[in-house]
Amino acid sequence: MSAIENVSRRWFLKGLAGAGALVLGAYYAPEILWAQKSDDGRTDADNATLHPNVFVGIETDGTVWIVAHRSEMGTVIRTTLPLVVADELDADWKRVKIDQAIGDHRYGDQNTDGSHSVRSFFDVMRLSGATARVMLIQAAAQQWGVPVSECKTDVHAVVHSASGRRLGYGELASAASKLSVPKQDEVHLKSKSAWRYIGKGMTSYDLADLVTGKAVYGMDAQLDGMLFASIEHPPVLGGKIKWLDNTDALKVAGVSQTVVIDPFKPPPAFQPLGGVAVLANSTWAAFQGRKKLKIDWDNGPNATYDSDQYKKELQETARKPAKLVRGQGDVDKAFTPTASIFEADYYVPLLAHAPMEPMVALAEFKEGKVHAWAPTQNPQAVQAIVSSELGISKDDVICHVTFLGGGFGRKSKPDYVAEAAVLSHKVGRPVKVVWTREDDIQFDYYNAVAAMYMKAALDSSGKPTAWLQRSVFPPITSIFDVNAVYGDPPHLAQGWTDMPYDIPNLRIENGPAKAHVRIGWLRSVANIYHAFAVQTFTDELAHRAKRDPADYLLELIGQPRTIDFKGVEYPNYGASLDTYPWETGRLRRVTEMVIEKSGWGKRKLGKGSGLGIAAHRSFLTYVATVVEVEVNDQGDIRIPRVDCVVDAGLVVNPEVTKAQFEGAAVFGTSVARSGEITAKNGAIEQSNFDSYPVARINEAPYQTNVYLVDSDAPPAGVGEPGVPPFVPALCNAIYVATGKRIRELPLSRTNLGKES
Amino acid sequence: MANAIQFKVNGVTHSFDGDPDTPLLWYLRDTLSLTGTKFGCGVGLCGACTIHKNGDAIRACITPMSSLAGAEVRTIEDIGANGLHPVQKMWMQFNVPQCGYCQSGQIMQAIALLKSKPKPTDADIDEGMAANICRCGTYQRIRAAIKAAAQEPA
Repeated sequence: MSAIENVSRRWFLKGLAGAGALVLGAYYAPEILWAQKSDDGRTDADNATLHPNVFVGIETDGTVWIVAHRSEMGTVIRTTLPLVVADELDADWKRVKIDQAIGDHRYGDQNTDGSHSVRSFFDVMRLSGATARVMLIQAAAQQWGVPVSECKTDVHAVVHSASGRRLGYGELASAASKLSVPKQDEVHLKSKSAWRYIGKGMTSYDLADLVTGKAVYGMDAQLDGMLFASIEHPPVLGGKIKWLDNTDALKVAGVSQTVVIDPFKPPPAFQPLGGVAVLANSTWAAFQGRKKLKIDWDNGPNATYDSDQYKKELQETARKPAKLVRGQGDVDKAFTPTASIFEADYYVPLLAHAPMEPMVALAEFKEGKVHAWAPTQNPQAVQAIVSSELGISKDDVICHVTFLGGGFGRKSKPDYVAEAAVLSHKVGRPVKVVWTREDDIQFDYYNAVAAMYMKAALDSSGKPTAWLQRSVFPPITSIFDVNAVYGDPPHLAQGWTDMPYDIPNLRIENGPAKAHVRIGWLRSVANIYHAFAVQTFTDELAHRAKRDPADYLLELIGQPRTIDFKGVEYPNYGASLDTYPWETGRLRRVTEMVIEKSGWGKRKLGKGSGLGIAAHRSFLTYVATVVEVEVNDQGDIRIPRVDCVVDAGLVVNPEVTKAQFEGAAVFGTSVARSGEITAKNGAIEQSNFDSYPVARINEAPYQTNVYLVDSDAPPAGVGEPGVPPFVPALCNAIYVATGKRIRELPLSRTNLGKES
Repeated sequence: MANAIQFKVNGVTHSFDGDPDTPLLWYLRDTLSLTGTKFGCGVGLCGACTIHKNGDAIRACITPMSSLAGAEVRTIEDIGANGLHPVQKMWMQFNVPQCGYCQSGQIMQAIALLKSKPKPTDADIDEGMAANICRCGTYQRIRAAIKAAAQEPA
């Protein structure tokens, strides 16, 4: 049925990997690729009468199935991408039903991470819907014996205006299914002015289920006969069991057995950490049994890891010359003994994700195949790790994606799903692995701890003539390569390589750091610490120059230009610099707008209050944020108001997008106030929301106003870009309110109160 | 079953004769398959497991079965079973949920708050809702939805 019958899977994957390439492999993937799969993998869209591509299916009763191939963790992507299909199809949204895809390469990339779902699939979704529309029009024209050009679509129907005839999509589905699927160049897309849903948006398809407790998360997955498992992991990364006594654990009512899970073979990647699983007939029994395990651990080489000592090492490294990332001019020449020099050190600790739903997965190994039900951001990574752990084909790993109770990047890493599969394989029954909150906090893939050193030479007006910035952090690549110590280009690119100021003498460096815990992506990733250093340092320079920080920031951003990355490795979030150039004019514009919207310089603030500003581009989106803070004599902070201006290019679902930036302000509040993971003797010291607090309603910003710039630029990220500028804007506001400069996070490390 | 604990869940009588220390949360989830009540922290710090016991919002994860004799337990599954509760309606109108995992607990807590404070001030909302964490950060909309629900006829 496909226009391109001989597309091999290999070609298809290669096509997907191409940077900026339209992911049409998925769209034209011939049926043979997945027809050999069991029925488990088929969606309702696949089974519908008219099924021109993997993302859409139309039934004879007019029901339109649209496949959501990305994971729903609160960004409402399960609605937003199907909405794009529905728009091009001219479908009535009320007659659309959404299928959640299993993990399957035929959809292209499914890693719901990096704020790129809309950007990477906007065109694919449009083509997908438009193809079905073209086929329906053809079918109607044939039936009426009129030229296609005389027919068009109305909502969920094809109409022939001249004769007033009209056929619904359901009536046309069967006839349309007999037509060949048109090639891409035969499919015309709607003009922007004809969009029904894109740019207007829609509330979550799942809204009613989300307020009635009906939405099924990974935590809620059940199978008949399943066992519940709780796993005692090695307290130190890479630890091994020396001695185990499970006698008392087995005496706990409901506990059926214990299973030793082998330690991972370095590097850890997404392998199970290892440890001892207690299996029982209820979650509670498994938890109780686990408490009765007696284990003596060989903690291995990471047992000497002490985060206080490690912090000193990072800070020392940050003060030493390191690897050049990007540079121009000659900073050393400018840093003369007589020059006006300002330097500062910044520090951000390890951070945990702590999504409300701890890691959990249900898996059943049966007849050589694994079915997994998991709250995962990356079902194809589930296929890969389960396949390698059990020595079965990836195609025999069927990963059903549930709702995710938060993800923030943690659930892109499927170690917990692999645990469930390994256990089910060993015990021959379905097994649901449930992590406690303590497990979640202590066995995370943490956002890297980072030390940054900043140095500037200033002219008589206080403007930098030379700028050195050096960051040191254990890289994410260390989970895949035990020898990795330098930041990899994609993560250096997050607010470091692309420091946007046009300074004649510039040197951007990165120093080495060895990891002693698993490091991983967390909402906004390296942008968090990089934006904190650059935007705080900027504010410090402004105050030193006795300049208004907003004016000064605008001056450093400079006049609109496109940053030239010639000779520099700058991956630009995997996007082409032609399509997504780094335009300082857009950063300038959001900054100017936030100055206006926040009433900067015009608002009357009380004693102990202050406004702070910061601007940052991440995930191809430009954001400027102004935070108002109040600090009382005891040092308690309150955040009455946040203003945030966002240029994310074309925004498909504006209301939902605003909610992402509101949430980012709260996430940033947690990072700034109390986000800190520490380790002693290699083991993580925090364990639950008492020792790793996150912002509560009385601590979160009271009012966050989000303004979206009306833009024709291609769509960019919205899930993550709100966090990076929020944190320095808050800290810059605290400086105004208290005179205390925050160079180290979290704020709980600094007494913000009046000294007695 | 002589020593079984008798209580009601969503109007239906149940009896329990297992380990009396078992938290209500796991009885609801693993035994009754009432999975709308969520596990978030296990120690009463996050509020994801908030349910009503005799009309009061409590944490099911730290409520032992032994404390339930004669109690009326109500979970999210029963709220709006015959038409959405005004709080749920406002939760939808203000597009409160993001991931939604904490929202069962938030809604149960908000309903209890409105019972004791029919017209809550900001301070009342801060105090009443501070035990319920939302990691997605939907607090601003939760506040707006509670205020709007307070205007609705109960």
